[in-house]
Amino acid sequence: MLKKMSYSSFPEDVLEHVFSFVQSDKDRNAISLVCKFWFQVERRCRKRIFVGNCYAVSPRMVTRRFPDVRSVELKGKPHFADFNLVPEGWGGYVYPWIAEMASGYPLLEEIRLKRMVVSDESLELIAKSFKNFKVLVLSSCEGFSTQGLAAIAANCRNLRELDLRESEVEDRSGNWLSLFPETYTSLVSLNIACLGSEVSISALERLLGRCPNLRTLLLNHAVPLDKLANLLRQAPQLVELGTGAYSADMRTDIFSNLAGAFSGCMELKSLSGFWDVVPAYLPAFYSICTGLTSLNLSYATIQCPHIIELLSFCPNLQRLWVLDYIEDGGLEALATSCKDLRELRVFPSEPYGAEPNVSLTEQGLVSVSEGCPKLESVLYFCRRMSNDALVTIARNRPNMTRFRLCIIEPRTPDYLTEQPLDVGFGAIVEHCKDLRRLSLSGLLTDRVFEYIGTYAKKLEMLSVAFAGESDLGLHHVLSGCDSLRKLEIRDCPFGDKALLANAAKLETMRSLWMSSCLVSFEACKLLGQKMPRLNVEVIVDERQPPDLRPENFPVEKLYIYRTVAGPRLDMPGFVWNMDEDSALRLSRKGFRTI
Amino acid sequence: MEGLVTYENDDHNLKATELRLGLPGIDEADDDHEQAVSTARTSKRSSPDTADDCVTESKSDEAAPVSKAQIVGWPPIRSYRKNTLQPKKTEVEAPGIYVKVSMDGAPYLRKIDLKVYKGYPELLKALENMFNFTIGEYSEREGFKGSEYAPTYEDKDGDWMLVGDVPWDMFMSSCKRLRIMKGSEARGLGCGV
Repeated sequence: MLKKMSYSSFPEDVLEHVFSFVQSDKDRNAISLVCKFWFQVERRCRKRIFVGNCYAVSPRMVTRRFPDVRSVELKGKPHFADFNLVPEGWGGYVYPWIAEMASGYPLLEEIRLKRMVVSDESLELIAKSFKNFKVLVLSSCEGFSTQGLAAIAANCRNLRELDLRESEVEDRSGNWLSLFPETYTSLVSLNIACLGSEVSISALERLLGRCPNLRTLLLNHAVPLDKLANLLRQAPQLVELGTGAYSADMRTDIFSNLAGAFSGCMELKSLSGFWDVVPAYLPAFYSICTGLTSLNLSYATIQCPHIIELLSFCPNLQRLWVLDYIEDGGLEALATSCKDLRELRVFPSEPYGAEPNVSLTEQGLVSVSEGCPKLESVLYFCRRMSNDALVTIARNRPNMTRFRLCIIEPRTPDYLTEQPLDVGFGAIVEHCKDLRRLSLSGLLTDRVFEYIGTYAKKLEMLSVAFAGESDLGLHHVLSGCDSLRKLEIRDCPFGDKALLANAAKLETMRSLWMSSCLVSFEACKLLGQKMPRLNVEVIVDERQPPDLRPENFPVEKLYIYRTVAGPRLDMPGFVWNMDEDSALRLSRKGFRTI
Repeated sequence: MEGLVTYENDDHNLKATELRLGLPGIDEADDDHEQAVSTARTSKRSSPDTADDCVTESKSDEAAPVSKAQIVGWPPIRSYRKNTLQPKKTEVEAPGIYVKVSMDGAPYLRKIDLKVYKGYPELLKALENMFNFTIGEYSEREGFKGSEYAPTYEDKDGDWMLVGDVPWDMFMSSCKRLRIMKGSEARGLGCGV
């Protein structure tokens, strides 16, 4: 027998106390691997769980291992679902999780979901199962209506956060917001920006009036500008505000009322909303701009001069989301005004136009990379790029951690040399040693993947579209990127060889998505059968099922993820798990999850 | 290309089961057949030497690129963003919904663009102006009371319906033509059909 180590003679509650100072999942996981005793102590006192892929583990496995969880975060559909690449009905239902947690975690306080299907029944179950429920964040979710929200409002006495960011909510009308009882005062954060329907302004005003701790309020488009001033006066302590529609006829009384209300909000750090902006109303909030660290103008169709003027009042800005109306000139001004900028996102105002409608080029991004020493996160839509520009950006900003470039036309070469952009992106991965996230675009050969495999050692997420020439490209990435967790690929000539040669790598990653590539049905079957801890799911076109076509015909969509839960039980008819044989598939009934 | 890919740790003997694209019996080095198997939409090979050719080639291969929206999910923009921007564009560029309008007793027909109107009141007013007559007041029970005219339309099924019964959007998508009925025929339509 092994000699008992001295550290395990600590009583359990001492260990638990020590562990309570360790919050990160990675560290808690490491603790649980030290020895069986530590595993047991750790699992009994872990309070927060993050499940990056809801199908990687079953709800039962989670509640069995961690009996005292207070906060759960789950993610469902693959990222490319955001761009309509995942068909309706694919999965990601949260109900089985809620059902399991209703009995397993009666003291649950927080639920955070991303890209999941959340039904009204799920929300009703949450509302009645967790007496101390405090935080509900539904990010890019769908499947629920204002009826589900009504259940939450009416029943969750201790609710602090209700955040519906970017979810799709069906309007079943009824006045759900008014269902917060008069005795309810604990609201800290409310994000209803995604709601298409109107909410009662008077109910909102009363809610604000009795919730002194409200810090975040993101209104929806339906809240008119002339109501905003009153709302602000009810909540001058706000730190984060999303306006509703930001337009009204130009009237001095509305303007001065609004300006007065804004000047009372001295804690404001973040502004967003600004649908239908009337530029004349922008100065209404100039008085609080020095405190702003985050500004989201990505719905504001205002032109460059107005943007430049606004930015000149925001010297402490750290995050800017904006439309490409800002143009190169505006980005140059940004580089001068906002030296503390950390994150920039530039969205296209006319993404489907054949010709550029604004003067925004690679130059704008270069200016910002030069002028803003703390810039580390970029999302940039543009129509042209050069290797020189990318190399300059890389040299300027070795501290870059997230770099997503979208050149709108697929396979666009360097506009100066007509060469692929391999060298440019190569410079990015070579210089930016802490790069965690990268999205590629433009004309790219296998070369760029060689650079990525060689240099991008900290890269966790890679998005690839219309790039590469052969399996070698994929092989470089899978064999070289040591930290890779998520890989999503569309329309690239990557096929069986690289995938099969790197099968083991797939178990070290969360997931791999490949669509419109050259992976054959046969290879998928092989992978599915050889790798029991992977779910190899093929999304088929039911009119032309892959098993009736030649076996080397490429599958249209492939999603591979590691799991300890085996094949999932809720696959729709158009999702095939390659571990099943066809007889089993035909007999499997759709598992109806609410 | 083949020689460059090595199978490290080939415990599963993957090389033996290695799959090739292309029909059996064809030389692996025959790249053209790889192209034949893939769909037109998947990417073409683009080596640096032929970069120019590839770019122009792929452009001409695509169906007339009238709108970028032909590629699903590209550029990668969330749909809620598209919704806030697109309305401004489609209003200007999308074709109108033109329908013929006939008036009983009038010598010739007219044509109107339904998209121009935001709802029934505007449409009816426009018709009144166009043909110089008055439509009565609409009620669900009695149709248009107070005049000898009734605005009707032919729907997708070929039936003649009274204007105003269904929501405006539904009307816009199902209306094929309009007819302003007059006299006894009009009154007949108003009586509990």
